[in-house]
Amino acid sequence: MTVVSVTVNRTVYRRDVEDRLLLSDFLRNDLSLTGTHVGCEHGVCGACTVIVDGYSVRSCLLLAVQTDGAVVETVEGLGTTEALNPLQKAFQDHHALQCGFCTPGFLMACTDMLRRLPLTTDAEIREALSGNLCRCTGYEHIVNAVRDAVRKRGPL
Amino acid sequence: MKPAACEYVAARDLDHALQVLAQAGGDAKILAGGQSLMPMLNFRLLNPAILLDINRIAGLDRIIVKRDMVTIGPLVRHRTTATHPVIAKYFPILTKAMTHVAHHTIRNRGTFVGSLCHADPAAELPMMALLLNAEIEISSATGKRLVSARDFFLGPLVTVLEPQEMVTSVDLPFTSSSTGWGFEEFARRHGDYALAAVAVTLSRRRNQARHVRIAVMGVGETPLRMTAAEEVMDRNNLDALADVVEAIRRAVKPATDLHASAEYRRHLVGVLAGRAIAAAWGSAQ
Repeated sequence: MTVVSVTVNRTVYRRDVEDRLLLSDFLRNDLSLTGTHVGCEHGVCGACTVIVDGYSVRSCLLLAVQTDGAVVETVEGLGTTEALNPLQKAFQDHHALQCGFCTPGFLMACTDMLRRLPLTTDAEIREALSGNLCRCTGYEHIVNAVRDAVRKRGPL
Repeated sequence: MKPAACEYVAARDLDHALQVLAQAGGDAKILAGGQSLMPMLNFRLLNPAILLDINRIAGLDRIIVKRDMVTIGPLVRHRTTATHPVIAKYFPILTKAMTHVAHHTIRNRGTFVGSLCHADPAAELPMMALLLNAEIEISSATGKRLVSARDFFLGPLVTVLEPQEMVTSVDLPFTSSSTGWGFEEFARRHGDYALAAVAVTLSRRRNQARHVRIAVMGVGETPLRMTAAEEVMDRNNLDALADVVEAIRRAVKPATDLHASAEYRRHLVGVLAGRAIAAAWGSAQ
């Protein structure tokens, strides 16, 4: 067991963890932050995407011990049910989710990409989204939501 | 889908990392970006006694520009290679190739050197190392050796690396600024592993191709240099294209898998090569 101290959504957590514990399981089981969803557990589906030290990562491909001292953002840190953040609002406005399983991963990947990428064309948005799988929407509504979020963000 | 129990060691510096490797009796794996290693641990395809994390070693994440080459450190992430101005200036074909490497979130973690060490036969960067005549510096607690990319890849996921060794840098020698290039890839979904890809550089002198390099991937157990096809194209022009493509189709050794048949891959690599060679010819000055 190793002690890790990690800041998640501005709260500092200190926990004893097994070396082999995945960040995704640490967030869900040890910190009860179940907004981060676990899909394929081998980096393909993107459902478990979170932001670590400013960059989106697959939390199923990172060990909890690797995040000692890191700053982690998860979907719980975006908005609340009463006050969605602009990206969440765009997803709601454009019906960019049906079952919602993939949504936390899309939101966190898009949060990183909205900070960093121009996303001025649909082709760029589609390529940016290509690392996350959604089995309900056919992606059209997600592209619409991101395009709207980019418009509201303005140019970088 | 969870890793089996293992001991996690965060290396403090390079010497510490090499000591851990030397003492692990061959039962340690180096964790850099983890974008291929972690899935293998999750699937329990691998179960090393020691997981050696090099992410906390300072200074390994740099691309260093030298007089006649750039040196890529073992923690240079794909996102850095993809956007680095010196890479874009001297190796535009590598910048182009990077647009095909995985997806945004994977590029945030995955490393150039890690991709070479993983040696997936359908990955872009081993092919690019082969094309660019990369020199790979391999270190262990007892010394260093330099291995050229041509000698580095032995088979699918197999390289010349010994268990106690670590790749500590990759040198990419500059080519002339008049070099033309072409890169063509076909994948089922952008960013996924390719069915096949071709990378070409050449220069032109008096309407003849010189210094022709052609590398392919997805059509053999390792990325391959098409030396016979390079010779056919050398001191020739695009009139030789059909012969060059034929030489490539003869040289490759594609396999049938669930994504494509061997025959389809053989056909595809020729089509991609024709386009890449024409693009390289067109962009050479």
